[in-house]
Amino acid sequence: MARKIKEEALCPWKDLPLGCAITEPGSAKKFKTGDWRSQRPVIDYDKCIKCGLCYIYCPDMSIKMRGDGFFEVNLDYCKGCGMCAHECPKKAIEMVEEVEE
Amino acid sequence: MGKPVGMEVSIAISHAVRLANADVVAAYPITPQTHIVEHLAELVADGELDADYVSVESEHSAISCCVGSSAAGARTFTATSSQGLALMHEILFICPALRVPIVMVVANRALSGPISIWNDHSDIMAERDIGWVQTFAENGQEAVDLTLHAFRVAEDHRVLLPMIVNIDGFTLSHFIEPIELPDPKLVARYLPDYEPLMRLDPDKPISMGPVGIPEVYTEARKAMDNVLVNSKAVVLDAWQEFADVFGRTYKPIESYRAEGAETILVTMGAISETAMTTIDTLREAGRKVGLVRIRLWRPFPFEEIREALSGARTVAVVDRAMSLGGPGGPVCSEIRSAFYETSRRPHIFGYIAGLGGRDVTIETFTEIIDKAEAAAEKGTRNEYEMIGVREI
Repeated sequence: MARKIKEEALCPWKDLPLGCAITEPGSAKKFKTGDWRSQRPVIDYDKCIKCGLCYIYCPDMSIKMRGDGFFEVNLDYCKGCGMCAHECPKKAIEMVEEVEE
Repeated sequence: MGKPVGMEVSIAISHAVRLANADVVAAYPITPQTHIVEHLAELVADGELDADYVSVESEHSAISCCVGSSAAGARTFTATSSQGLALMHEILFICPALRVPIVMVVANRALSGPISIWNDHSDIMAERDIGWVQTFAENGQEAVDLTLHAFRVAEDHRVLLPMIVNIDGFTLSHFIEPIELPDPKLVARYLPDYEPLMRLDPDKPISMGPVGIPEVYTEARKAMDNVLVNSKAVVLDAWQEFADVFGRTYKPIESYRAEGAETILVTMGAISETAMTTIDTLREAGRKVGLVRIRLWRPFPFEEIREALSGARTVAVVDRAMSLGGPGGPVCSEIRSAFYETSRRPHIFGYIAGLGGRDVTIETFTEIIDKAEAAAEKGTRNEYEMIGVREI
């Protein structure tokens, strides 16, 4: 089950910038979208051949290569869309239901 | 002060935009607004206005182009009417959200169907809640003056909202009236160059129009309502400055021979001039009648309306649009809302007249006043009534 979505306002209305414009680059990093996820990708490193297709297809750039050449998922941003699992030629990625912590 | 010259009101408006030194005009021709942008295209082509005139393939593109140019910091103008305004619909809401001070003249025309190119207010009433500042002009001089005023208000840093000047299609847009075009030097004094607080600039990139997640949207709408309500102070200031510079005075509403009036007629737009003649005629016949004309439609001047109408026994509101299946006319709804919480309120009756180009004459206004007085006398309630409907 997904974690509870927070309905509270991010800031008081008077603090919103003019026209809600974003005036600094890279601000999407501050907005962790991982709590939208209902399923998480779990990589079986015995099957993984380090091809990097998961990294290429991830629409949120949430998959990064580790020092040893394998890939890992940044769960702060992964929305659980499952594209990586779908594209993996070795079926090394399984989508697993999220459970309430 | 210059000399009044006879000219078509649409052409006079295009000269107001020239005097305002607009940077970008993006528009699509539509009756009865066409003469405004047609003449602006000519002024640009002849080198009289140093602006980019962008010919687009639809009104949706016209207003989208205006959003881009205004966001880039350009003084931006467009004009449209009826179906064209309706085609702009989805972008109209985005303009105040992005705080882009576009100025638009709407030559009010009926919405289809049946297909009608003629004048009423159904186009703008369908866009009542878009979050723009909105005024209504009564005559050609006012159309010119309100266009200059609109740039002044919209671009004020306390506002930074888009603004619509409504002019009645044909009955105002196509009339030739004596109009005094203001001295360019005075216009320059009244209307300094637009200084955006933020703009799209490749050297200092920003993102305008990001998604408003549930944690932001409500606060964003609160901010929009707040700035629109508070824009009234700037609207008033800018009219005061207008009076100081050009000598013509404007107010959110105007009372005409309303002192001591038992019955007050309420109008908005060009029909107000006929209404004044009606009041003169009825006053001469000894009847205690007066008139209140609304100039500022959004933000709605609730306070001024209460002040102007609270002394009357009967109020007859003339609407030129309908809320089908609803409370009748949109102007009457506002006035009823203004009085709901007051302890002493007049009888308020709503009349819908002048739809799709049907004339509103002295006889129409007299009929409306007679009906309202009779209804108040009998103590009957009316939600609304359409005037001049042929039954047999």
